[in-house]
Amino acid sequence: MARRGDAWPEDVPLVLAAPGPHGPVIHAANRAAELAGARIGARAVDSRAICPALRIEPAEPDRDAARLARLAFWARRWGPFSTADGTEGIILDTTGTAHLFGGEAALLAEIQAGFARAGLTARLALAPTRGAAWALARFGPERAICTDPLPALAPLPVAGLRLSGETLLLLRRLGLKTVGDLAVLPRLSLMRRFARAEPQDNPLIRLDQALGRAAEPLDAPEPAPEFAAEARLAEPVMDPSDWLPGLLDALCAQMAAADRGCRRLCLSVFRMDGERRDIRVAMAAPTRDPGHLLRLFDGRLERLDPGYGFDLIRLAAEAVEPLAQAQPGLDGAAPQGLALARLVDRLAARFGAAAISRPLPRESHVPERAETPGPPLAAAPALSARPDRPIRLLTPPEEIRVLYAIPEGPPAQFVWRRQTLRVARHAGPERIAPEWWHDRPGTRLRDYFRIEDDSGLRLWIYREGLVHDGRGGAPRWFLHGIFA
Amino acid sequence: MSARPFPFGLVPSGRAPVPALPDPAAATLSEAFGTRSLAGAAPGFVRAALPPGLVLWAQDRLSRAEFGAPFLPGMGRDLLRLDLTRPADVLAALEDGLQGRALAAVVGEIHGPAPALSFTASRRLALRAEASGLPCWLIRHAARPEASAARMRWRLTPLPSALDPDDPQAPGEPRWLAELFRARGRPPATWVARHDRAADRLDFSAPPRDRELAEPHGTPGRRLA
Repeated sequence: MARRGDAWPEDVPLVLAAPGPHGPVIHAANRAAELAGARIGARAVDSRAICPALRIEPAEPDRDAARLARLAFWARRWGPFSTADGTEGIILDTTGTAHLFGGEAALLAEIQAGFARAGLTARLALAPTRGAAWALARFGPERAICTDPLPALAPLPVAGLRLSGETLLLLRRLGLKTVGDLAVLPRLSLMRRFARAEPQDNPLIRLDQALGRAAEPLDAPEPAPEFAAEARLAEPVMDPSDWLPGLLDALCAQMAAADRGCRRLCLSVFRMDGERRDIRVAMAAPTRDPGHLLRLFDGRLERLDPGYGFDLIRLAAEAVEPLAQAQPGLDGAAPQGLALARLVDRLAARFGAAAISRPLPRESHVPERAETPGPPLAAAPALSARPDRPIRLLTPPEEIRVLYAIPEGPPAQFVWRRQTLRVARHAGPERIAPEWWHDRPGTRLRDYFRIEDDSGLRLWIYREGLVHDGRGGAPRWFLHGIFA
Repeated sequence: MSARPFPFGLVPSGRAPVPALPDPAAATLSEAFGTRSLAGAAPGFVRAALPPGLVLWAQDRLSRAEFGAPFLPGMGRDLLRLDLTRPADVLAALEDGLQGRALAAVVGEIHGPAPALSFTASRRLALRAEASGLPCWLIRHAARPEASAARMRWRLTPLPSALDPDDPQAPGEPRWLAELFRARGRPPATWVARHDRAADRLDFSAPPRDRELAEPHGTPGRRLA
């Protein structure tokens, strides 16, 4: 992998030099430098003698590794698991994601274009095993896609098996030049010959991994939290509440310095018995207010199982978002929208996010569907009260027993929970047909009546279905709502 | 749960025209007791007394099961609904809602006798409501009035509705018998209350006499369709 291409023009020969035992040694070279005669591993002064125009810059392996690790996370846009592989490669698991990009060839083209836009050149290969992809990316054709590793790897040199220089030298002395040469040898003799080799330097194990005979799982690390604060305690303690304000202050100071706020917090305690316990709180809007965050942990710390105590407390900010400094009002209070977000946070931390809802109107005549639970921070809907709709809705509707029915109208008397109610006045029917695009076939229509009994109870009842509608037996009556 | 926890007919008859009008939207703790099951009088009265704006509406599980949940097309109010389990949760949520300036009012519904709603708990709520300047309503279903620090305590009974000018058979504007049976700094009184939809406020008028109450107002015979 080359360094950023936009820093230097391609035609300037440039090498990176690392300190060696006899002066600087070339660590990496661009294409112009390689054409001019610079070789990786040669001394920098020798190369400059060959090519006087050579630019020599110091190599920074640590920063390269850090950037490669960041790049590996960036590459997760194409697959869920990725990790930096050595000092010059990235392994990406694209199992099940190729169809999202239009096939494997299109996926490779998209990846290459993505790296090119970032100013990087990449050699890509797609293979069923990690070892085969490694070999094909370095020694195979451009954008190789292989489905069966053995025929694809057979013509490649043995250097494609991720072996050290000594082992490669030994294999060359044995006359084994390609992977195919190695694969046809009897396993027993190979195993005997390399019995003392390290596993990652053993040609047989490497061959098995490349051909898929031995498992080689991908260890994909999670990105480290951008903002975290830790407290290391000399003695194990049982209660983190004394340390929490200090940790929150430290974390919020970090976020304030970067103009960031978080929408989730994770408090982890590391117990003496090797266990870890987490408490997570979530916020409706990004925040970095330590007082507010501290209140979200009210009542949560008591439920933490401390075991035999813990000696490390870590507080990490998750879901970090940009959050600029906000101007408070003249009275020092937070703005209106923020106050609602804070309130929702406190309520959600105490009762769970599922308990809070903001009913929003929806276009439907069926009463259950006329409102929908919206997010608590939704914009205020335009509302107007309809006098022909109840202020309370029973869920589910309660069946009532009709004592004395009139053919076209509400019952004159009915029984609800052993109470007999006599209808004094009524309005209706209001017919609400089932919504065929939502309801199951066979759903019956409803005829709603607004009724009032002789003591002033105002109720909303409905008859489900008609007598001869062919969708079940006799119509049933339900109590659905209560008017003011 | 008895159908009528309070004896009906305590209405003083022949009282002078209209007692001095209360301010049901005052920024303090008020309690509204419903007297019957299936009566929407207490929620309807509270809904009419609320100031405009976002309202936190917290219910415990029994209120939701027995009296249903607020229905948006009928309420016509911007609600932040909280579906909770215990009365203690409702009180905690109300107290949380009274902090900060996000809401216009908070309403809690509690079903049955609630030991969590002690005098101390109600006093906390009253002090918080007065400090924050927000009306706080407690709707009590199927409960008897115990000791409470609520500044206004209402008992609400549905009355037969007013006549619908278009259809004499239909239920018209809802009316309630609003009995302010305890209030700070004023004598108890009784009114007939109705919701003035145009002005979105409560209208109080003199209570009916016993005789008028006994015979249902303006109820014609059943229409035979």
